[in-house]
Amino acid sequence: MNEQDTPTPGTEVTPADGHRDPVRLDQGHVVGSGGIPDRFVNPGLPTHVPRMADLDEGAAARAEKQVATLFGISILSTILFVVLYYAIDLNDTVFIPGVGTTSASNAALGVTLAFSLLGIGFGAVHWAKTLMPDQEVVEERHPLHSSEADRHEVVRVLKVDGGASQITRRPLIKYTLGGALGLFAVPLVVQVAGSLGEMPQKSLSLTWWNGGPSGPGQIPEFKPLRLMKDPENLPIKASDVTIGSVFHVMPEGLLPDPETKEGGAEHLLEEKAKAAVLLMRLDPEQIQSQKELDWGYQGIVAYSKICTHVGCPVGLYEQQTHHLLCPCHQSTFDVTRDCKVIFGPAARPLPQLKITVDDEGYLVSAQPFREAVGPSFWERG
Amino acid sequence: MTEPTDRPADALREGDSAPQAPASAGARKIGGLAGWVDDRTGAAKPVGYLMKKVFPDHWSFMLGEIAMYSMIICLITGAFLTFWFVPSMGETVYDGSYVPLRGVLMSEAYSSTVHISFDIKGGLMIRQIHHWAALMFVVAIVVHMFRVFFTGAFRKPREINWVIGSVLALLAIIEGFAGYSLPDDLLSGTGIRAMAGFVQTSPVIGTYLVYGIFGGPFPGEAIIPRLYSAHVLLIPAILVGLFTAHIGLVALQKHTQFPGPGRTNDNVVGYPVMPVYAAKAGGFFFIVFGVLTLMAALVQINPVWAYGPYDPSPVTAGSQPDWYMGFADGALRLLPGFLEITAFGYTLSLNIIPGALLLLPLVYVVIGVYPFVERFVTKDEREHHLLQRPRNAPVRTGIGLAGATAYTVLMFASANDIMAIKLGMSINDLTWFFRIGFFVLPPIVFWVTKRVCLSLQRRDREQVLHGRESGTIIRTPDGRFFERHEAELPQEQWLLVQHEPVAPLEIEPETDEHGVARPAARKDRIRAALSRFYFADAVNPVTPAELAAAQHHGHETEAIDAPRHAGELESAEAAETAGRR
Amino acid sequence: MNALAARRRHPAAIAVLLMIGLFLTGAVYAAVAPEPADATSLALPAQSVEEGKALFRANCASCHGLNAQGRPTGNGNQIAGPPLAGVGAAAVDFQVGTGRMPMTQPGVQASRSESVKFSDEEIAAMGAYIASLAPGPAVPDAEAVDPTKGDPARGGQIFRVNCAMCHNFAGSGGALTRGKYAPSLRDVTGKHVYEAMVTGPQSMPVFNNANITPEDKRNVIAFLTTIDQEKAPGGMTLGSLGPVTEGLFAWVFGLGILVGCAVWLGSKAA
Repeated sequence: MNEQDTPTPGTEVTPADGHRDPVRLDQGHVVGSGGIPDRFVNPGLPTHVPRMADLDEGAAARAEKQVATLFGISILSTILFVVLYYAIDLNDTVFIPGVGTTSASNAALGVTLAFSLLGIGFGAVHWAKTLMPDQEVVEERHPLHSSEADRHEVVRVLKVDGGASQITRRPLIKYTLGGALGLFAVPLVVQVAGSLGEMPQKSLSLTWWNGGPSGPGQIPEFKPLRLMKDPENLPIKASDVTIGSVFHVMPEGLLPDPETKEGGAEHLLEEKAKAAVLLMRLDPEQIQSQKELDWGYQGIVAYSKICTHVGCPVGLYEQQTHHLLCPCHQSTFDVTRDCKVIFGPAARPLPQLKITVDDEGYLVSAQPFREAVGPSFWERG
Repeated sequence: MTEPTDRPADALREGDSAPQAPASAGARKIGGLAGWVDDRTGAAKPVGYLMKKVFPDHWSFMLGEIAMYSMIICLITGAFLTFWFVPSMGETVYDGSYVPLRGVLMSEAYSSTVHISFDIKGGLMIRQIHHWAALMFVVAIVVHMFRVFFTGAFRKPREINWVIGSVLALLAIIEGFAGYSLPDDLLSGTGIRAMAGFVQTSPVIGTYLVYGIFGGPFPGEAIIPRLYSAHVLLIPAILVGLFTAHIGLVALQKHTQFPGPGRTNDNVVGYPVMPVYAAKAGGFFFIVFGVLTLMAALVQINPVWAYGPYDPSPVTAGSQPDWYMGFADGALRLLPGFLEITAFGYTLSLNIIPGALLLLPLVYVVIGVYPFVERFVTKDEREHHLLQRPRNAPVRTGIGLAGATAYTVLMFASANDIMAIKLGMSINDLTWFFRIGFFVLPPIVFWVTKRVCLSLQRRDREQVLHGRESGTIIRTPDGRFFERHEAELPQEQWLLVQHEPVAPLEIEPETDEHGVARPAARKDRIRAALSRFYFADAVNPVTPAELAAAQHHGHETEAIDAPRHAGELESAEAAETAGRR
Repeated sequence: MNALAARRRHPAAIAVLLMIGLFLTGAVYAAVAPEPADATSLALPAQSVEEGKALFRANCASCHGLNAQGRPTGNGNQIAGPPLAGVGAAAVDFQVGTGRMPMTQPGVQASRSESVKFSDEEIAAMGAYIASLAPGPAVPDAEAVDPTKGDPARGGQIFRVNCAMCHNFAGSGGALTRGKYAPSLRDVTGKHVYEAMVTGPQSMPVFNNANITPEDKRNVIAFLTTIDQEKAPGGMTLGSLGPVTEGLFAWVFGLGILVGCAVWLGSKAA
């Protein structure tokens, strides 16, 4: 049964004359009753109500003018676009109420192009709505499936004609063909997968703090490295780090010269992505972890800036609460407790960098990070 | 017909068919070119068929067109952008006209994006149209999916198109993410950084996967060219291919229509392509393009110049992906850290994997599978071309809104920091609100939605049974007043009674007539339980008998006084429903 | 001019005149003194200190203690107001000059307010008093915060590394933990930006001159001034908050307008 019977206006639903058995009505579960149809009958298409433009030639003429005006606006805007494209300098600005001061070129070109497009769009739709036929048309649907004969024919062709290849009778061909088709993509996959790039080796567990370049295949030898300000690339004296200060730090030798852009690491961003460190000074009284105190210098502590969640830089240091907040997913680390996670999705504390001072009073690393910085990975342990 | 010929070679060989008669004189008059093409392709018949095709009119049928046009606009503007964009991470020192970046070391990708924005006339406009169109593309896909879902348009025969649509929706957001990442600015670079982090946490192969994708350590030099090739070539090719199939199936299966007088499951009532829909749909393309251009002219989007070049050390407050990736980012913000497990020297980051790696495919698999679940429950094998009003499928509508609520909670969770500053709330409180809300809100929304749908259905019934005002007052001999009821169902009330009555499926006996257990009994029990969940408290449309009784007696309770008949009728109904399925 | 004449006997007139005088003095001083005034001295006469002390006792002592030694609330570790010895005149100028102090009511964080409760002269007097307690950062002179003398590109680099993670790429502000926030830097005077960096108000860390040199502080101010003046090349900025507001705009306005057009398209003409 279809959802609707075909609309046959005329088979009216009228209550039976005179007396009739009562019907239960509470929930509408009752379908059907003697003499009364189960369902209402589709009343059929409503009668067409003509539009103003259908009845009144004047209204139609007005509609025509409106459509033509819209197309005219489009033409004018297009011309204006071309003129303004050449007339307006890229650096000119313009004040538009509600928008503010903005690029004159962008605003002018955008608005003229928009009107050129909208003129066509609104014109065409208005034309369709007012002047084109608005009598609804009925198109019949037919079942989508093919006839039984066609279906049988396909099955027959597959079985009989396809069977003529003898594939079912000759298993040797069947299995070797299966094997060949199953394997032919392997070389392509191997080519892509094998040539994507270097594989990690130890490099995820190493940083520039290990003594230098730490890419795949490079195992640097440890040497103490000065803590350098990012991006100025200047060393930091312990006395410069006052309580409440935060310094963004890179290891010595990593950053290029800020003026000449010369020198620095060959793979600058790759090294920065692992070596970034945040340097803070707390009142030693407030530090609750002995290891944190031991690895720091007079309350100056250095922690990896790379979040142990997914690797965003954890730069938001609140100097009163000593919380470090990651702006990406709000992992919060407590600097007084060895950067333990106190909120959010990160699981591990930020790794601490052991620091000390050299002969000239500059802060240097005392050992590299003892664990991999940044996000977790399977073989990290 | 054979022309007289002098040369024997011009004569037809045996077995050749006579050459086709040239196109009729009428066709030649219409256009020599059309005739020329038809001579070679026989296109006139299918073109004529397409031009006569009927499309039903409803604003919600335009939502899919907004998505389609946004995609086309993205293709056009994207082609423009490729003329100036340099997909390279090669280092360069900026020397363009944007003062606050002069002399800054950056990648060529970023430098060329800033160049497009400030040194190419109209470049900023094209960039902004492209980005707004991309956002609107995904917005329109989502609301189009809502329309299809809540009206039951995914039912047979359109399940295939629903699955194709789900894949398109997934591809659209991947395409969007790739495009968002290309300028290599600080914000998008942080996004790629996070993506590298997710991939790295995949069990067993994570580190190899991330080094493979980035061609070495993050960020490397390979990611921008690779994303570029995916963004302009690979994904658009699949997107356009699947989209063609999507729209082709719509043409083949003919568009669904909303129920109404004269609209049946066997017809399409609307306007023909030529001329009405050609003008309306064609015009709508220009409207969508125009509106997006106006947005691009007046509203700034993704000011890459302000973010600065990507560098792994800095970061900006409010680091978010574009909205369509928000739900995955929000899930990452909500997952607590204690879910990370370390055992036997290996780390499994269950605080990241569900949100970053599983959620995205999972959402689209669940969406894609839904029609088959519903078909399992209803056992409905019929074709459906008439849409349902959402209220007439209360459980489905409830499920849909509950799912949308869960999605929305995650999406808003990804904006928790922005909400914290704009609403003056604590980010920690907001995070907890979303954590709890993710579990608590969807069931509440399901229940409320279902109740609202049922109430609306009851109101529809009320309206049909008692709600019509005939305006004729009858005074009874004992002095009481009644309003007289109309005998016929007026046309505008057809909508209220047109939908099918539904009832839960009965469990078939667990053993067949010989007392042997049926193998499918367990499946049937599940089906019956689900069917009860869907249809147990269904409110069915008023039947002619009910209307007649209501008008005859003017009161329902009288009817219940006839238990004998009611019982009979109920069993009749059960037989009827069983027979229909 | 009439309006001006009518107000010449207004109580604030003296303050205004003094302000103008101080400003002129400051300008002349700035012109002749090229060194960025990060020293702890302040060229204010002794009676300023006395006046500042009086103002302090009347307006600030309830929280900060009679001698600015700080005061506990008696509620655990919480303090009503921190000790102020050593915070310097810069801190006073920042906190009071941006309307943060005196706080109208206790909260997680003092917020910037349009209504500054004291005249510049009174602020300077209180600053002199606080500076007299212990050495601390002084109010920077005009040249130290002159954006035209800075390099916005370099300032941008410093800003992105040191400031953007809290204050956002465009200085629109951002959220911190538990309801605290980094405020917006749009339309904040260079002087106050400078003072915030050297004093580290509330949650903000201190950026002393060894960390960010006075030149680089000026570069940061130049960067902020540039992006303030540049306004929005692409149109409405939607608060410069990134993709969240853009997505919201697409959903509300983009979709709203297009659906409106679709409804018009699908409706029958009259």
